[in-house]
Formats: sequence, structure tokens, C-alpha cells
Amino acid sequence: MPSASRVLTLPPLSFQLRHHTLRNGLRVVLAPDKQVPAVAISVYYDVGFRSEPQGRTGFAHLFEHLMFQGSANLEKLEHFHYVQSSGGTFNGSTRLDYTNYYELLPSHALERGLFLEADRMRSPRITAENLANQIDVVKEEIRVNVLNRPYGGFPWLQLPELMYDTFPNAHNGYGGFEDLTNATVADASSFFDSYYAPANAVLSVAGDFDPDQALEMIERHFGPIRRRAKPKRPNFAEPPLTAERRTTIRDALAPIPAVAIGYRVPDPAGDFRHYLATVLLAEILSNGDASRLHRSLVQSKGLVTDVSAYLGTFGDPLEERDPTRLNITAHYADPGALEAVLAAVDSELARLADAGTEPGELHRAGIQLAALVSQELDNVTNRSQEFAKFELLFGDAALIMRLPDLLAEVTDDDLRAAAAALVPSSRAVVEVVAGAAR
Amino acid sequence: MSPVLQVPGLAAPSRPKKLSSSERVLASGLRVVAIRRPTVPMVEVRLRIPFFSAKPTHLARSAMLARTLQTGTAEHDRTGLAVALGDLGAELSVGMDADRLLLSASGIAAGLPALLGLYAEVLTSASYPGAEVNGERGRMLERIAMSRSQAGVVAGEALAQRMAPGHPYGRTLPTEQEVTATTAAQVRGLHASLVRPDGALLVIVGDISPARALAAAESALAGWTGAAPAPKAPSLPPIAAGPLLVLDRPGSVQTAFRFGGPALGRQDERYPALQLANLIFGGFISSRWVENIRERRGYSYSPRSAIEHSVRRSALTISADVATEVTAPAMLETLYELGRMASGPVTEAELETVRQYTIGTLALSTATQAGLATTVSSLLGTGVGLDWLVEHPLRLARVGVDDVAAVAAEFLSPRGLVGVAVGDAAAITAPLAGLAEVATSIGS
Repeated sequence: MPSASRVLTLPPLSFQLRHHTLRNGLRVVLAPDKQVPAVAISVYYDVGFRSEPQGRTGFAHLFEHLMFQGSANLEKLEHFHYVQSSGGTFNGSTRLDYTNYYELLPSHALERGLFLEADRMRSPRITAENLANQIDVVKEEIRVNVLNRPYGGFPWLQLPELMYDTFPNAHNGYGGFEDLTNATVADASSFFDSYYAPANAVLSVAGDFDPDQALEMIERHFGPIRRRAKPKRPNFAEPPLTAERRTTIRDALAPIPAVAIGYRVPDPAGDFRHYLATVLLAEILSNGDASRLHRSLVQSKGLVTDVSAYLGTFGDPLEERDPTRLNITAHYADPGALEAVLAAVDSELARLADAGTEPGELHRAGIQLAALVSQELDNVTNRSQEFAKFELLFGDAALIMRLPDLLAEVTDDDLRAAAAALVPSSRAVVEVVAGAAR
Repeated sequence: MSPVLQVPGLAAPSRPKKLSSSERVLASGLRVVAIRRPTVPMVEVRLRIPFFSAKPTHLARSAMLARTLQTGTAEHDRTGLAVALGDLGAELSVGMDADRLLLSASGIAAGLPALLGLYAEVLTSASYPGAEVNGERGRMLERIAMSRSQAGVVAGEALAQRMAPGHPYGRTLPTEQEVTATTAAQVRGLHASLVRPDGALLVIVGDISPARALAAAESALAGWTGAAPAPKAPSLPPIAAGPLLVLDRPGSVQTAFRFGGPALGRQDERYPALQLANLIFGGFISSRWVENIRERRGYSYSPRSAIEHSVRRSALTISADVATEVTAPAMLETLYELGRMASGPVTEAELETVRQYTIGTLALSTATQAGLATTVSSLLGTGVGLDWLVEHPLRLARVGVDDVAAVAAEFLSPRGLVGVAVGDAAAITAPLAGLAEVATSIGS
């Protein structure tokens, strides 16, 4: 039986990146890799929920749908057909600080994929009919993911309203039905003109291709797109919370109660080491059966059904700018257990802040995260997405490959400081009352 | 007005690389398959153990076994086991369905021997401590309640029951009473009986030489021995067509539609044609049904039809969640598109699109360590050889429009499908009754 005391490390990742910027300002990151029989193309635009106009909640996501509805040289449905009849897949998603579009294709369809992305960067084809259709589709998306589902959108739709004070950070990113219904073709044109300039985007290609040929294709298809000014990004910062905030909501479909705790955390682009300590803290709190909150709240005290701690709105700690948060969510059977759950969380955080980690605990959290990064980057679609995202948000596509080393530099003192910062006065607490409890 | 630009054609496709796998059947009867894929310094492990049983108590006991397998062994308690896995950058998850128990892990490649050692530990000495089983029992009841509060889960359970009444395939979640009655001793008994290597399959994919992977498996798992008794499998009843079952979810803003019917297995000579027919109907976004009810009419966000393969049966499933107000119109369009598939031709252009999509996505599905490991485990685990990955594209290439029309007439006719609608019965029953025979319960 091999001894577990031998400390494993993960060899560094070594994808070679090539950077280029077109005359119209489009930033390009290439990650060639002959090992996979495919290419992945990702385009990230620097616009998300936070940039939606007041009265147009949900517009960034609705606009993402519209970008698939035809473009300068393509009718409705043609984008789907060209990707799928080439043997490929595609999708897009909208986040707080970016909107992305991507396709995974057999290598021989690279130029076609680049053309398809360039054509909608040139101009999407937005008609009143397509807009009305996609408003209906988005409403169905919201019904299936939120309105017809217990804990629908919890807590990403419920926490921001309580913990932030300004519209960009506090509003519902899926959008209200009234705002969606009111969206016009003119709104879409103006949104495109403002935010979909080449200079406001990053194009990333990963997989089996020749980088010189790819750059030629990229120049050919994206080069002629008119240069437009990159929009100035507003400062979305809000002052830290000074007192705990609480609210209670009733979920008519939920059979048992739940809670979400959101803690304000430091700017990821600021003190990166402190931020990574917070990332490791979330791992130590809830990843797996040996994690602090699982051992205490689930196994030892039997207080909750499940517990999860994660950074960022959707669980990726490095996909949004300031302000962002650490979330702790739990479901529990006893409607009167909320205070006990909060006290148990506070107690575990205090224990980490006072006594730090156990021997091996910090290293283990780091190696688990490093392994996760490796596994993530094995997928060529994820790879092109991550390089584009890190280039867009941090100006440094290669940063993700250095994460394992940077995580390994975080000390026990850093971790204790990160835990000590999560005090009740910096948090918002949303309690879900189970409307369908028996 | 700028000139219309031409969409670029495709370059010459590169020749697919042949998959080279190594294999050994251990003395215990465990089949081990290893494939080198050094894209990242990680390794993926899938252990598939046949777990079919017709015993009525099996569903709850196997669900409890899956949840508590990692809560204690002869050497480690629950925390200790999680620490040992974490030190290898590894996670081990245990999944189960009516056919098999699946122990999936990924970890740092250099830690493979130790990871397989931890596999051996849980396989040979999982202790299912009473306190852990008691704790998980309560949480499992809460999880089941959370699952059953979802319309899709309720609809899925009802459809499974209609497609395989009285058979283990007909159930997806245990009842509260069954979970409450499940004891640690029963779970230990189930482990002793069915967690056996003879007939099980271990797949290892990653940055490691196959020879070393096989040697590591042989050495780590030498102490895991024995054979499970052959299961007494009741025969699967044919799917009996009948009325659309409406299950009430008062005030629901959507109706969850689920339809199901028989399908062909991967090795059936007509399977490629059925796979393509399913895609043309509703298997991807460029399909007739999805273009109709999503892109033209906006009735649904993610309608999809799919073919699912179990060991003892393959099945067609069709699902869509639609707003309550458009429930009957969505049903009408669904019947229309199914009927059009069953009674009319498909075009060469439609066929070519789905052919290329299928060939392309099959190759993409094996492009990662995790995807390859899962695909290999599921193919070999359902009795399909790895040659299938090479030969299937050739078979797809030979399918003609007449082949597709023939299988569509047989498998996509609405008359051959059973259906469930979970929604606000007061609002949807009467409109649906104008289109199909409707029932609020199905006698057995």
C-alpha cells in the first residue's frame, strides 16, 4: 500500500499561447495543440448583466439570444445549421461582466467557424419578429429554471438585491417579464453599437490548427470589421457592508427551508494573493467529506441536508470583477434551525481565523484546485474559454496556468486573514421559507 | 450595401486516429482497460459493477450504498478517506442506476497506484458505520423530497413507470418507507453480495502508460475477489400505448411533457438510421421539432428528443417544458412533427446535416480524458466493442433517406409512444382532451 504521506505535486501546464491585436482593436489569443482533433473558438465581449440599462433588466442575456438569430450574411437558423452540419456544437452564456459565444468544431471547419463569429460581430440581424420570438424563448427559460422550480435561481437571483445598493449590482440578471416584453429592436441596435465593438472583445482559438494560417483567416474575416470606440467601463464598486442584512422569502414550491449567506470579499483584481486565500478558504469550508462545514454542519451536528461555499455568482471564483462575493448555501429540514446554522458557520470561521488550518489541509486544498484546473483545461472548449476570459478580465490569458503555483504560495496566515474577514457585519442572509413543507 | 459574403467551405478532414487500448482480465474476473491520453497530467478511472436486481428492496438499498460507500473502511473513517483522496488531487463519486454501480474518479496521474489502493479499500472493507447510515438516511429523505418537488422529476418517474411497469427500469427514486426501512446491516449485505469483481469493468484513461496502469490495477485490486449471483431478470413488458397521463401540479406556470417509446440498440443494423431520424425530428437545435416549437413559436426553451441505452433495453424519450397557456398548441405541434416523420419523407439535405453532426460529435465526445473514459466504460459496459467507435461513422455514411423513413414510420409514430404531462390540470386537461385521449391515472 503506497504511503499517503508522500506529497504529490502536479506538473505545470504548458500550453503555448500566441497573442495578437487587430487594427480594429480585437484581441486574439491562440493556443495550438495537435493532440486533439478539434478546434474551439470563443469570443468574449466585455458586457454583462451589470451594464444593462435601468428598465431593461435581462437585456444582456436576451441580446445573447438575438446574436444567434442571423447576421450580416446569414438568415435566421443558418448559424445553427452551419455549425451543426460541420459536425460541431455551439452555445453562449451571459455573466455579470461578460457575454461569451463559442463553438467546438472538427479542425477542418476552423475557417467556417471564424467566419460565423466574424459575421455577427459585423452585425446581427435583429428583426421585430425574431425579437418577439426570443422574448418568448427567454420567458420559457425563466419559467423552467426559476418560476416552475423549487429554489429556482437560488441564490443568484435573490442575494444581490439584498447585499448591493446600486442597480448594476442589485438587479435580477434574468430580467423581469415586463422589462423583457418592453425590449425593442432599437434597444438592441444601441446595445450592439455600445458594447459589441471589436475593441471590446477577445477572440480565442484552441486546438488543432496552424497558428500562422489561423491568424491569416482571422485577419481575413475579422480584420475588415469597422473599428469602433471601446466603451469606458463604469466603476461598479460599492462600499463594504457595515451591518448584517437579512431578509426572508417564501418559496411556494420548496419542501424544506434553505439559507444563502453572501459575504462581500476583496476585489479579485486587487490583492490577488488575498483573493486566492479566499478561494482556498471556500475549498476548505465545503469541498468534500473532510471539509470544515461538511464535518460540522452535516456530519457532526446533523443540522443541514447539504452545504456549499463558493465564490462568484455561479461558482467560478475568477469570472467576475469587483464587487463579488463568497456564498454559503444550505438546505435544512428544521424550520427553526437558521440561527443554529449561522452560529455553526461563524464558529467554523472563527476557528480557522484563530487556529488556522490543520497540517496538510492547505496543501490539500491547493492540490485539489490545481487538479481541477488541469481537468478543466483538458477540454479544448473550456481551454479557449478560459484563455479568453483571463485575457478579458485580467489582461493575462496565461494566468490560469500559473494558478497552481500561486495557490501554493498562499500561507496559513493568509488563510486566517481571509477567514477573519468573513464577519457577520459583512454579510447578507436570505432565508427561504418552505411554502410546500408538509 | 456591402456585398454578400460566402460562408467558407470545409478543408479536407484529418484522418481519425485509431484508439489504442490495452486490456487484461484479472484472476478475479475483473476486466481492466487502459488507454494512454497524455493531454494533461491527470488520470480518469471508471469502475462499473453490474448491479441489477429485481428485488423490491434493491432500489433503496443500492441508493443508500452509493451514498455511504465512502463513510468508513477498515483503515479510514469518513474524514480520513476524504483526506487520502484529496492528497491525490482526487475525487471519487459513486453513482447508481438499475443496471450498474459506477465508481468514477479523477486524480493526478502520478497518484494512480494510490488512488486504486483507495478503490480496493472501499471495495473490500467498506464498513457502513451505523451512525453514518442513520445520518444519511435522514438526509436522503430530505433530498428525495427536494427531487420530487420538481416537475421534471415527477414526470420522469411517471414516464419510467409507464414504460416498464413492474420492472426495476420503471422506478427512479425509492419511497420514503423504503428508505426509512433500510438498515446498515442490509446495506452491508448488499455490498457483500453484489460488489464483486467478476463481470465488472475498470477503465483507466490518462497520462500513464497502459502497461503501468494495468500493473497498478492488478496489484492494487488483487484482494478484491468473488462473483455475484446471476440476477433473475423479469422480462421487460412491451410498452403499452395508452392515454396521455395528466398529473396535477396546481398553479404550475408550465407543463412538463415527457413521451417515451421503444428504440433500437447500438448494435442493431438499423440503429444508425434511427439515430439520424431522431436527430431530424428533435435531437438538436436544427431539428424540425425544435425549430418549430422553439425558434418559430417560442413555446419552449429546451425541447429535446434522445435515445437512451440501458443494458436490457434502448428507449426513445422526448421532453419539453412549455408555458401553461400554450400546452395544447405545443402538443399539437409535437403530434404534427411526429406524424410528419412517421408518414412523410426526409430530404437529402436534412440527412446530410444530421450525418455530419453525428460523426463530428461522436469524435468530439472522446476528445477529453473524462469523455473518453466515460464513453469507453458505457460502450463496453453495455456489450459494445470499441471497434464501434471506428465502424459507426462508416455505417452512418451508408444510411439513405429511405432507411430513415422506414425506421421513423416504426419508431416515431405518435401512436407508439406513451406520454405524461405534469402541470396545472384545471387549465390543461380540457384543451389536451381535444387532441388526445387523456387520463388522470393509469390502472395497472
